[in-house]
Formats: sequence, C-alpha cells, structure tokens
Amino acid sequence: MNEDTRTIVKNGLWTNNPALVQLLGLCPLLAVTSTVINGLGLGIATLLVLTGSNVIVSMIRNFVGSEIRIPVFVMIIAALVTTVELVLSAYFHPLYKTLGIFIPLIVTNCAIIGRAESFASKHSVSDSFIDGLMMGLGFTAVLVLLGAIRELLGHGTLLANADLMFGQAARDLTITFSEDYPGFLLAILPPGAFIGLGLIIAIKNIIDRRMVQRTETLIVTHTETAQP
Amino acid sequence: MQFQKTTSPYLHNNQSVSHVMRQVIYALIPGTLVYSYFFGWSIILNIALACLTALLSEALMLTLRKRPLAFYLRDNSAILSAWLLALALPSLSPWWLIVIATLFAIVVAKHLYGGLGYNPFNPAMVGYVVVMISFPQHMTLWLQPNAGLDFSQALQFLIQGELNSSINMDSITSATPIDTIKTGLSLNNTIAEISASPLFGHIGGTAWEWIAGAFLLGGLWLLYRGIINWQIPFSMLVSIAILAGIFYLVDPQQYSNPLFQLFSGGTILAAFFIATDPVSASTTATGRLIYAAGIGVLTFIIRTWGGYPDGIAFAVLLMNMAVPTIDYYTQPRVFGAPGK
Repeated sequence: MNEDTRTIVKNGLWTNNPALVQLLGLCPLLAVTSTVINGLGLGIATLLVLTGSNVIVSMIRNFVGSEIRIPVFVMIIAALVTTVELVLSAYFHPLYKTLGIFIPLIVTNCAIIGRAESFASKHSVSDSFIDGLMMGLGFTAVLVLLGAIRELLGHGTLLANADLMFGQAARDLTITFSEDYPGFLLAILPPGAFIGLGLIIAIKNIIDRRMVQRTETLIVTHTETAQP
Repeated sequence: MQFQKTTSPYLHNNQSVSHVMRQVIYALIPGTLVYSYFFGWSIILNIALACLTALLSEALMLTLRKRPLAFYLRDNSAILSAWLLALALPSLSPWWLIVIATLFAIVVAKHLYGGLGYNPFNPAMVGYVVVMISFPQHMTLWLQPNAGLDFSQALQFLIQGELNSSINMDSITSATPIDTIKTGLSLNNTIAEISASPLFGHIGGTAWEWIAGAFLLGGLWLLYRGIINWQIPFSMLVSIAILAGIFYLVDPQQYSNPLFQLFSGGTILAAFFIATDPVSASTTATGRLIYAAGIGVLTFIIRTWGGYPDGIAFAVLLMNMAVPTIDYYTQPRVFGAPGK
C-alpha cells in the first residue's frame, strides 16, 4: 500500500471521518441509529452508493463541463440510490420498511455529493474507489457505534431484530443484558442521538489530542537524546 | 493596568455566589419542612440523596476538568440545583430515578456546557425533563397527604422501589390535584364535581396550598433581601393568573380558577426559585418580564391542553432557549447614548 492510498484510508476512517469530523449526513445518522441493525443497514446502503458514485464520477470527470457537473453528480447518485432501494426492497424487505424514508433520502446525504465534488472529480478511478469505500466504512462504523450505544442504553439489548438483515437464522444473535430493564427512553429519542454523537466526537478529539501530545513528547525526547 | 479610582459613596456588596445560593437554600427550608410535614420522610430522603449525588458528580466533573475542587464545591450551586430537582420529582421515587436526574442535571446540563455561569438551561429542569420523558411510568407515584409512611418505609421505597406487599399502593398514593382535574375533565365531569374530592382544599389541593404558601413566604423573603428581582415572579404569576382568569370567566365548568392555578403544582416554587435562576434567566429588566411571562403562558398551555402533568419544566427550558434573543432585543439604552 503506497503512501497516498494509506492517507486516503486514514482520512476516510479517522482523520476526515464524514460523521465525526466533516459532520455530514447527520440527518440519517441521527434518525435511524436507534438500534445496531438499523445503523448497519443504512451504513451499508450509504457505503454502496458512495463507492459507486465515486467510481462513476471519477470515470466521467474529464467529459463533464464544470458548469453542469452538479446536476450530473446528482443524477448519478439518484440512479444509484434507486438501485440500492430496489435491491433492499426485493431482498431485505422488513429492513427496507424499518429504514423507510431514509433509504431514498440517501440522495440528499451531503457526504456523498461532498466526496464526488471534492475528491472523485479530481482523482483517478482507483483512488476514488478506495476513498468511497473508506468514507463509507467510516460512516458505517459511526452509525453502528451510535446505534449500539443507543440500543444498549435504551432497550438493554444489542443486535435486536438481526433477522431483518441476516435472515431467520440470525434471530438468536440478539444479546439481552437484563430481562427487566426499565428502558431508558431518552437514548432512543432524538436527544439521545445528539448527546451520543456529541460524546463520540468528544472522545475522538481526546484521542487525537493524546496522540499529538505523545508524538510531541517523542520528538522532544528524541531531540534531547540526540544532543551531545 | 490601573483602573481609575472613583470617589465615594461606594456601594457595599456582599453578593458572592456562595452567599446568594445559601440564602436561596435558606428560603427553601420553610416550604420543604411543610412539604415533609404533610408527606413524610420521603421528601427529606429524596433531597438528601439528590444533594449527595450532586456533590459527588460535581466533584467528579471538577476533577476531570482540572478545576479547584474546594472552591467550586463550596459555592452551594450544586446543592441548590439538586434540592430544587428533588422537590420537583414525585414524592415516591426509587433511588436510581433521583440519581439519573441529578447526574444529568450536574454532568450534562451544567458541566458539559462549561460549568456554573455558562449553562444556558436550568440544570434542575433538564434533570427533571430527562427522567420525565424516559420513565413516565415512574413519575406518577405521588403520596397522598398524610399517607403515614414512617422513616423505614420511606427508606425502603427509595432503595427497593417498592413497599411490603402488606401496604396497598393505591391507598397511599394518589394523582396530584392538577392530574385529577385533567382526568376528570376527560371523563366529562365538571370542575365543581371534580373539586368535591377530598384532594382539594380551599384554594389549591389539600396540603399543596400550605406548601405553596410556605414557598411563597420564602420567596418573598428572597425578594426582601434583594437576592431575586421582582420581575420574574411577578410576571410569571400574573401571566398565569390572567390567562387562567380569562378562561375561567368564559367557562368555569371546564377551567379551574386562577387561584387554584397559582397554588397548585409547582407554580409558586417555579416563580420564585426555578425561573429566577440567575444563570439561565434573562438579565435585563424588560427581558425578565418577557421571559417570565413566556414561562407563565407556556405553563398554562401545557397544563391545560398538553399531555404532561405539569408544564413548568418544559416552559422554563423553552424560555431558556429564547433568553439570548430576548436579552439581545431588550438591552437598556446606554446612559448618554441617543434615544430611539
């Protein structure tokens, strides 16, 4: 993996994570993450659209004039979203019904058009593919994490309704932590999503700051030892 | 930099945060005593637990934020928030309900926003609303006046969330007067029929009117001492009274009278102690009038037509949100600056 690819991967997953740093696509992020499975479902759908749109936009980047690029991007994204929506409806119908309006609304997810505009329209197809995949994975990771926190606090379970996604065999995947958990409704309601996301962002910032501090002390100790 | 010294007379001012908060706590004591006279040890236990949780979580947050511990812990603001919160919660609350509400009040509503002086929302009301929307079924256990719960029973409920099976919960708990009216009206009873219940006293609910009276006394003392301004309690009470008065005149069978509205629920407590929180309330004189009138109007609306038992917490939080705008438009003219 060369240096450029590594930067793209790191950008998508951490440094420039769409949900935690760019704060894009917050509407679906906050709305559907009431359970892990919902978050995972929407995450994968977004991941597919994002990767596909990045590849196609990168392919046509030299043939589309800059004056009309935005409508062209939007049509590409809309076509991909429609495809994903039909596939979900055909093969994962219960999940499709749970996610509801947020599947078609992927069209308006600014993370996707943001990547098309700021990355795919300026980079090669392979780079754009990796970028779309990594941004999508970064977004999905946050969706799943937030979904897990909210589901755990709100219902006291994890992976409830896994059968929506993985079929009847996955029904037993559900982990119930406490049978008579009273349920913490706030975590399921919209405020829970906002508070949860805020806390995740705060934790990411703490980790970033710690890493910077550590490299700084490393540099300092290295220079100190280097001096005679 | 040396500031130019002005000549006398100097205004003597001993209004440190710690001093102000302590005065407010003193003013809460008569109301709290009357409250526990009618409803027993539960009230005192709830307050003690809330204060303990508040002090511990305040200390924890101060340590995390690397602030001087002793200095901030001594300012009494956490105790005051916890005390008000405990008064707002139902008299029969399990311990975890009080702990969660207090944690949210101190950790989220106060310290995550920057600590004392920076919180845009009233911490006690945030804590109350969090448990109100999260555990509605646990927010309904109000003791009957003189239910006769002794200390060990009150402690038992606090710890276990239930009493011995020998005690019938229905015989010691009851709906609050405001709730009774709401339920009664939905069953097509008239106010006069509903008010015949022994739950209702002379002007408010039995016992509740005395509690409100004691809080009123404490509030007036705060006014006299100059700890709070007259605008907020005045404007809030007047706006509720006017609205309630209009509707009472239109249809006295469907709307309770203004005095009842003032002396039931938490109206008095909120007007003198909660809405007057110096941090989250409006800071200009005109602004305070608007802010508190908004609380009054919203409280009446939520109480009368809303789904929640008493709308004060929501009303206070909604108006907290409006405070920056209110303050912006009610800045007093700088002395010497040209008028409008």
